[in-house]
Amino acid sequence: MTQTLDREPAADVRHRLDLLREMVRIRLFEERCVELYSAAKIRGFLHVAIGEEAVAVGVNAVLDEGDAVVSTYREHGHAIARGMSMDSVMAEMYGKATGCSRGRGGSMHLFDVGRRFYGGNAIVAGGLPLAIGLALADKMRMRPTVTVCFFGDGAFAEGEFHECVNLAALWRLPVLFACENNLYAMGTAIARAQAETDLALRAASYGIAAWPVDGMDVVAVEEAADRAVDRIRAGGGPCFLELRTYRFRAHSMYDPERYRDKAEVARWRERDPIDLLTHQLTAEGGLSAEARDAMAAEVTAEVDRAVAAAEAAPLEPAEDLERFVYTETEA
Amino acid sequence: MTTLSTGATPVPAATGTVETTYREALREALREALREDDRVFLMGEDVGMYGGCFAVSLGLLEEFGPERVRDTPLSESGFVGAGIGAALAGLRPVVEIMTVNFSLLALDQILNNAATLSHMSGGQLHVPLVIRMTTGAGRQLAAQHSHSLEGWYAHIPGIKVIAPATVEDARGMLWTALEDPDPVLLFEHGTLYTMTGTLPRDAGHVDITRAAVRREGRDVTLVSYGGTLHKALAAADVLAGSGVAAEVLDLRSLRPLDDATIAASVRKTHRAVVVDEGWRSGGLSAEVSARITEQCFYDLDGPVERVCSAEVPIPYAQHLEQAALPQVDQVVAAARRVVG
Repeated sequence: MTQTLDREPAADVRHRLDLLREMVRIRLFEERCVELYSAAKIRGFLHVAIGEEAVAVGVNAVLDEGDAVVSTYREHGHAIARGMSMDSVMAEMYGKATGCSRGRGGSMHLFDVGRRFYGGNAIVAGGLPLAIGLALADKMRMRPTVTVCFFGDGAFAEGEFHECVNLAALWRLPVLFACENNLYAMGTAIARAQAETDLALRAASYGIAAWPVDGMDVVAVEEAADRAVDRIRAGGGPCFLELRTYRFRAHSMYDPERYRDKAEVARWRERDPIDLLTHQLTAEGGLSAEARDAMAAEVTAEVDRAVAAAEAAPLEPAEDLERFVYTETEA
Repeated sequence: MTTLSTGATPVPAATGTVETTYREALREALREALREDDRVFLMGEDVGMYGGCFAVSLGLLEEFGPERVRDTPLSESGFVGAGIGAALAGLRPVVEIMTVNFSLLALDQILNNAATLSHMSGGQLHVPLVIRMTTGAGRQLAAQHSHSLEGWYAHIPGIKVIAPATVEDARGMLWTALEDPDPVLLFEHGTLYTMTGTLPRDAGHVDITRAAVRREGRDVTLVSYGGTLHKALAAADVLAGSGVAAEVLDLRSLRPLDDATIAASVRKTHRAVVVDEGWRSGGLSAEVSARITEQCFYDLDGPVERVCSAEVPIPYAQHLEQAALPQVDQVVAAARRVVG
């Protein structure tokens, strides 16, 4: 696949360079997060999605400004791909007042209401009902929007998932169920938790369009998401994408990875989504070594700026602890 | 589009009063909300074609259609969470859960999402959602339909908890709850649906932050809410016969608690009995009692008494069920002990 979504060849190369840049932004941001965690600058739980960038970037590439996104606790990539600044995300992980959630959420609870990015949910499957409600409201208001809900294969075992797919199908809601199947629910391999591991097949049993996608190929993800979103916007009801991907790093920073082979991880690393697209563009002559280095340098500088800003940012005053428990109404 | 946020409730010309019931008052409140604000919709199990498990929404489907009186599958977590999502997107959902026991299936959504999203997002998100549910015992429905768990919910910062005990509050609390930018849980006691009362024809919204003195007295304060209010009032009648003037307080709001009204009453009477259909251990009665002690210790003439449900799952057989619930004679006895 060398050409995406019927673009002219030159525009297609530029577009794929944009996709590559977005994946590199997420990768370098998260690699820095891991370093900062080791340096005790970031605390709490930190779940990075290194290896899964193609899913976040490919899906977000087809969304409009008015669309809504609901995500999980492994959501830095979704947030950045949705357009949230590295500054607001990094400051949140530092627990600073300039963080998107003013230090009350941390890594797992990133929000940006202006971009309709509704978190950042640390209860597996807990975001799915929110996505149903967002889509229901948009449908009742006849807004032509789609709500994307990201969740993992682990959520498939939760009752809330099945309640929500049924509701979306029953009410023909404009929801894209974006299942990031990375084969592990924390340390539990999918075959140890799911009696039937073909997730798209099971989702289809609710009477919705559902198909598997190579989640390491950003172009394949984008094309599948585009097809799904077109169908949803046309009133075709919800769609389910099983995005087959893999997390290269541990579940969180506390994970000794006793549950999987290093060889398995190495095999998946051969399909690194950034390397795949880099090699493809390089082979086509669309990306020189100099351009690649320049891209990495620019992104590194962006990450550096976010870290410097987070370091310098003020803490939320402790006396403001109880603000926002209830809505603050204008005096 | 008329919206609730204008605060401009259309008030028809007052033409006397109407006889109504708690159930009809709740229905009229829903009808008014659906009529006046097109962001409002009702959602829950059997709220539409069936007319509501307790017939509160009977007739509303015919009037407002299936989009706005929306039957759901038996998916409490799914549709309560959908209510939260719809509220995030600017609507004003009213979600009905058949009984508080069933709400436990949606507790994840209520606690982990509805109650947290505003704070956890640094004030970016708001959840203007109302969740209505039936609570309480007295109808021989046994342990999975009869509990009083509103005290649990009152434990949770980020939500508000209200309990209409009168026909007037059944009529007026919903509108005010829908005007609130945060999630409000409204507990309807199952024995009150058939209670009758008189309302002004133009009855409208009521404040939902203050406790109400339902009967004035100088000797002892009986603190109650919801279904137990009527037991406290009956106990006050009995006590009056023996010369004890009991003041009866209806909490109305269980979160936040109206400390000022509670304290003002206890400072006057110097004695208090808390009547709560919840269990005693770790319950709402413990919270009220502790606050009285914190705020009025030197005004008290004796320890605060509590009359609560027995610490058992509520049983089916009538005599067992009644033995488990707070009763008028227990309230009377407790009041006499503190009056001395």
